[in-house]
Amino acid sequence: MQRLVLIAVPYAWLLALFLVPFAIVFKISLSDIALAIPPYTPTLDDGLATFFAALDFENFTFLASDDLYWKAYLSSLQIASVSTVLTLFVAYPIAYGMARAPQEWRPTLMMLVILPFWTSFLIRVYAWMGILSQEGFLNQFLLWTGIVGQPLTILNTNIAVYIGIVYTYLPFMILPIYAALDRLDGSLIEAAEDLGCSRFQAFWLVTIPLSRNGIIAGSFLVFIPALGEFVIPSLLGGSQTLMIGKVLWEEFFNNRDWPVASAVAVILLLILIVPIVLFQRNQQKQAEQDA
Amino acid sequence: MKKLMMSSAALALTATALSADEVRVYNWSDYIDEALLEKFEQETGIELIYDVFDSNEVLETKLLAGGSGYDVVVPTGTFLSRQIQAGVFQPLDKAQLPNLDNMWDVIEERTAQYDPGNAYSINYMWGTTGIGVNLGKVQEILGADAPIASLSLIFDPGNMEKLASCGVHFLDAPTEMIPAALTYMGEDPDSKDEEALARAEEVLSAVRPHVQKFHSSEYINALANGDICVAFGWSGDILQARDRAAEADNGVEIVYNAPNEGALMWFDQMAIPADAPNPEAAHTFLNFIMDAQNMAEASNYVYYANGNEASKEFLVEDVIGDTAIYPDEAALQNLYTVTTWAPRDQRNLTRSWTRIKSGT
Repeated sequence: MQRLVLIAVPYAWLLALFLVPFAIVFKISLSDIALAIPPYTPTLDDGLATFFAALDFENFTFLASDDLYWKAYLSSLQIASVSTVLTLFVAYPIAYGMARAPQEWRPTLMMLVILPFWTSFLIRVYAWMGILSQEGFLNQFLLWTGIVGQPLTILNTNIAVYIGIVYTYLPFMILPIYAALDRLDGSLIEAAEDLGCSRFQAFWLVTIPLSRNGIIAGSFLVFIPALGEFVIPSLLGGSQTLMIGKVLWEEFFNNRDWPVASAVAVILLLILIVPIVLFQRNQQKQAEQDA
Repeated sequence: MKKLMMSSAALALTATALSADEVRVYNWSDYIDEALLEKFEQETGIELIYDVFDSNEVLETKLLAGGSGYDVVVPTGTFLSRQIQAGVFQPLDKAQLPNLDNMWDVIEERTAQYDPGNAYSINYMWGTTGIGVNLGKVQEILGADAPIASLSLIFDPGNMEKLASCGVHFLDAPTEMIPAALTYMGEDPDSKDEEALARAEEVLSAVRPHVQKFHSSEYINALANGDICVAFGWSGDILQARDRAAEADNGVEIVYNAPNEGALMWFDQMAIPADAPNPEAAHTFLNFIMDAQNMAEASNYVYYANGNEASKEFLVEDVIGDTAIYPDEAALQNLYTVTTWAPRDQRNLTRSWTRIKSGT
């Protein structure tokens, strides 16, 4: 009985915060645009029979008819994948350094990784606008050192979007990798070196595989939110930056077409479900291994 | 007797303070003298909560979702019109608005095309959409006879190619940019025809590579600081940039012109949502704004013309005497208005705008 209650808690959570909202969004994606509050029809006030009769998949066929949408999905997938890999490359050495640091430093280092969260995410992205702009710190520094003769155009390009995503999601990558490396038994590396591995071989053949779970967890934590990211591309990206988050915004705000916006969101979720299921499996496997 | 009157006035005041203690206003950013907000609180004892937005779309989505919690909102006429149809607003109780007598019939006539009989809204400000230039830089690039009052400045690829190096911003508002492109082509700016839209798109796409940014509020600072040399934007915003540059004394001289091919005239209207928590206080606010002196203070600060005839005598010469703000009779003839976009047309418009901006 107690067990049942314990299981019920996460499922109730999932039901209330994921399935119910999804059902509402899915329902709106099957309805039609209307000039009313709320701006779609039918609503449940119309009676159940009319309500179900009026739903259809028209909005989904519409999405297939315009290349804008799949281009935006593909471009988001690309931006999210590239930024995940970049974040991994930046985060791994940091996490490794933290795990190798003397025990008494680690809480401080951990604190430093978390510290940026104390400032609003929006303000931190705004700060990047100041750093990356034509007259920004970065360009002034580069001009001062003489590395470049002309200020670089970084802000309002995809490069700025990558920088923004890597910066914002870095802690989400560092922390799981650090957790994995922290648990790593140092004697395994010694054993590898005793058995003739060079330091690099030991790192590649022992450390990396043993931190695999951290890498996978970190990658999902970065990839999934990056895919639907809206704030970073709209503040740092240019108008050529095509991401599904922006398309969704336009459907919702410019066209005030909530049904099509919901259809875009439903498909985005379907795209995300694959990595989420993989992530869940991986977590489960890890739990079993630990047990 | 006097004492009695005073105490009854105090009583009335506490009565209003009890029933109307709070009013929530949602207005455009950089669009009011904040001293006016304080004055309102002092005069009425109503606490004023003032939020800002910078696009009609954001406001509209909040209104259509329902329960926005605002008592007064300020949509532009074209948006207001369809929001009225959607049942977003409540009709004004004109008995509570004695200052309606101050309003200017010339403007009321034009706003009536969005809000028949002006039943739901009062005019706050109106203005034109046009071209702001950093005079020194543009003349340096295009010569002393640069067409700073013509749409060819921003729609002729030859001009734009040269101007790109010093920075050009366009409004991120297809409902403003497409009518301008249509005007440049000699088409009806109010055309919703798909074929005309396609050709307007070509005009914009041709100059797109030379546009640094599409944004609806950043250009004020960018122009004033000298970061960009041309902006296609709202009259008062560009005039604010002109004044900020003059105050900073940074050698930047900004000039605004309504394009001589024809300029879009728009109206920002104050209205009360149907589900406003405190409609009574909302009426008090509208009446306060329509006070001739208050309205003049607002215009003197934001450099937009208002729809209040009585306020004219309190306007500073910089505002009433500037034909960029209060166009003379001839210039007024050169202004056009546009009607609202139906959902299907709006979708074509947004799609076209995405293609222009992103090439997709």
